[in-house]
Amino acid sequence: MSPENRNYFPESVVVGLNLKETELTLGLPGDTRVTMDTGVKLGTKRGFSETIDLNLGRSNVKCDDKVCDDELENDVLGGATKSLTANAQLVGWPPVRASRKNVMKSCKFIKVAVDGAPYLRKVDLEMYNSYQQLLSALEDMFSCLTIRNYMSEKKLMDPANGVEYVATYEDRDGDWMLVGDVPWKMFVESCKRVRLMKSSEAIGLAPRTPQKCSSTT
Amino acid sequence: MSKDDDRSPPLDLRGADIAESSSKTRNCVTGSGHVTGMNPMEFQAPYPDQVLENVLENVLQFLTSRRDRNAASLVCKSWCRVEALTRSELFIGNCYSVSPKRATARFSRVRAVAIKGRPRFADFNLMPPEWGAHFKPWVAALGSAYPWLEKVYLKRMSVTDEDLKHLAEYFPSFKELVLVCCDGFGTRGLAVIAKKCRQLRVLDLIESEVADSDMDWIGEFPESGITCLESLIFDCVESPINFEALERLVVRSPSLKKLRLNRFVSIGQLYRLMVRAPQLTHLGTGSFSLAEGVAHGDQEPDYESAFAACKSLVCLSGFREIATDYLSAIYAVCANLTSLNLSYANINAEQLKTVIFHCHKLQTFWVLDTICDEGLQAAAATCKDLRELRVFPIDAREDSEGPVSEVGLQAISEGCRKLQSILYFCQHMTNAAVIAMSNNCPDLEVFRLCIMGRHRPDHLTGQPMDEGFGAIVKNCKKLTRLAVSGLLTDQAFSYIGRYGKLVRTLSVAFAGNSDRGLKYVLEGCPRLQKLEIRDSPFGDEALRSGLHHYYNMRFLWMSSCSLSPQGCREIARALPRLVVEVIKDEAEVNRGECEEHIDDAFDILYMYRSLEGPRDDAPHFVQEHSKQKQGIGLSNIVLLIIYPSMKRWRFGLEELEVQNGEFTKFSSMPPVEKQELAFTREKKKNLVCLF
Repeated sequence: MSPENRNYFPESVVVGLNLKETELTLGLPGDTRVTMDTGVKLGTKRGFSETIDLNLGRSNVKCDDKVCDDELENDVLGGATKSLTANAQLVGWPPVRASRKNVMKSCKFIKVAVDGAPYLRKVDLEMYNSYQQLLSALEDMFSCLTIRNYMSEKKLMDPANGVEYVATYEDRDGDWMLVGDVPWKMFVESCKRVRLMKSSEAIGLAPRTPQKCSSTT
Repeated sequence: MSKDDDRSPPLDLRGADIAESSSKTRNCVTGSGHVTGMNPMEFQAPYPDQVLENVLENVLQFLTSRRDRNAASLVCKSWCRVEALTRSELFIGNCYSVSPKRATARFSRVRAVAIKGRPRFADFNLMPPEWGAHFKPWVAALGSAYPWLEKVYLKRMSVTDEDLKHLAEYFPSFKELVLVCCDGFGTRGLAVIAKKCRQLRVLDLIESEVADSDMDWIGEFPESGITCLESLIFDCVESPINFEALERLVVRSPSLKKLRLNRFVSIGQLYRLMVRAPQLTHLGTGSFSLAEGVAHGDQEPDYESAFAACKSLVCLSGFREIATDYLSAIYAVCANLTSLNLSYANINAEQLKTVIFHCHKLQTFWVLDTICDEGLQAAAATCKDLRELRVFPIDAREDSEGPVSEVGLQAISEGCRKLQSILYFCQHMTNAAVIAMSNNCPDLEVFRLCIMGRHRPDHLTGQPMDEGFGAIVKNCKKLTRLAVSGLLTDQAFSYIGRYGKLVRTLSVAFAGNSDRGLKYVLEGCPRLQKLEIRDSPFGDEALRSGLHHYYNMRFLWMSSCSLSPQGCREIARALPRLVVEVIKDEAEVNRGECEEHIDDAFDILYMYRSLEGPRDDAPHFVQEHSKQKQGIGLSNIVLLIIYPSMKRWRFGLEELEVQNGEFTKFSSMPPVEKQELAFTREKKKNLVCLF
């Protein structure tokens, strides 16, 4: 995240301004900056539009989770001057209508098939920012699998029977590719569906380095 | 429209015999000998100026601009009455500013109604979804008052399927329904409209949220006979439609000029429609890609010739899931296009160039920033007649890459000198480019620049963006709408207050240093009608500085600023005709404890002038600070009143208010001090107060 976003009042404009007075907070005028009464929380209450969404990759969704609210309360003393976490998005900013945002996103639901599993799942690639996140999500989804990273190859494995899966995807041109070769954004744009293929079948897509772990090949 | 309809539309005075109207009665006779659609209730005793009024009617009916009509209605009672009789298009800018009953009582011959509801910031999830703006009370009132109603235009209203059903039932002459940014209804409601509105000419759904009730609404249009359909816009509908039914409908609609398909219509299906409707002037192409499961083949239809056959096409949009290979199909129509909307098409500069190169006549251009500065340069080079440009971000986040910048803006300003309206999303901007635009495009009326990173300064100089926006308000003498962004100090607002004399709509976010900023604007901009501010350090003192002006405004929105509940109450006390809504984060509000929490911080201040006082449909998270609700002690007391025509006395202490000639009694109270009395201008001279 670019450093510019962390500075509400960049240094170049500081001279002569009483920054503390004009610092953005959530409190009422005249309140001291840090007052956290047990009952009425003055100055620390998060306004409706200060709600910060922690859902990675998804913007403009209000975080309804009470737990996450509380955590942020403690964090956000003095409110808006705290820097936002990497993927946190402010509600309603930038001012782009949801329908416009959603349309750009809705194309990115893709089917995920796992060899041997009876049904497919769908994931929204827009929800993730990296391959690691995607694989974690797949790991959650197909709970029998775990990620094994070795030799900088990302593989999913079923620890129960040691079967390894290779993540592959079909791109726009209809070709089957190995997940991970191209930059993430490019992958999101070109991916049409994902298949977790058994390593034993992934002959043409075998990793360059020899496998170190034994598996049912 | 049939002239034999019994419930005839309002009097058409063009045929009226002036000599006839010299009679003192109100029942005028048209040339055809019909007694007019005059409600017997309207008969009044003859009064002077009858002749004058009839002449006035003949004249005022030609007034179309509502601003002119509003002015005319203020001249005197007579003009007010006659203007009300001749107004056929009713525009309600804020649905809560006046009640349906009051509006329909004043204007008795309305054929077309336009109503706007929620404030714009609600579009960005800043307002809790159940806030209000329901069409329901309106549809009931309109139904009884205007059985001849033909057109309804709604923006940011909540409309239910039930409301749509009533629309279809109450108005047999119903012709046009336009729903912009509305929600609350679904395909079920659309089905009723399609089925029952036999005279439907226009069904336009624009950026509305339409629930999928799994209903084939297209199939509900009458299956046989020619339709009068001229415009069918449903590109925002996020559910599949019955294509075969649509095709049949298009075939039976020779008057169809505007057709905007949703993304569930494939390019193959588009082709079939186009060859059946070459008379189209406005086309939304739907997905503009192959249907799922269909592969590229040799037997693909000749899309190019289909487009070429549409010789009248001037407005092209859609491209919802564009397969860029097909873009070349539209080249044939580009030369005639005045409006091109590619804002859902993820295309790059090269792809854009192939298209824009042909678009010499383009006046309106909406596009995604994926075309980069290079694409904008190409547009600037070709589209010399451009009036409106909107550049939307494909990745609407603060820290995304910014494919467009000041370079694109500069190019546009140099190439498109006739520019009137611009909406530009970017990550980086410079004052120099904005200043250049202010100099190159003197016709600018709408300037909306959104630098997506909050508080971002000029990225070359590090300076605030004050000078850029200052130049815009100073040099663009026709500017009526402004949206600011980037790092802005009070100085920017000083410029706006000083030079923005025509500004009607101002949108502010994450800007300013202190109360002075807002004060500059409220004190300096006499035409300001709509002010929306978020996350800016403006407080009660600044709010107070607008007291002289709030009655002239449609609304003021301030969220996450530095206001206090006391400040808001002060405004409410000072301005009884202002509804002051304070909206809290829903999770925090407990209905029963509302009074105790009155001093808590809140999130949104939304205030607007209204003749009705606080609305009765406010959800629990909305707190009204309006004066009326304060109750005893703040309203008006009169001891004795003698009202000439009523010849009545009232004794004792009663709380009274006069609204439009009606006495509304509040309550009898223990003796209190005499306070001010709210009169309408009209009644003042007829009332005498005795103590």
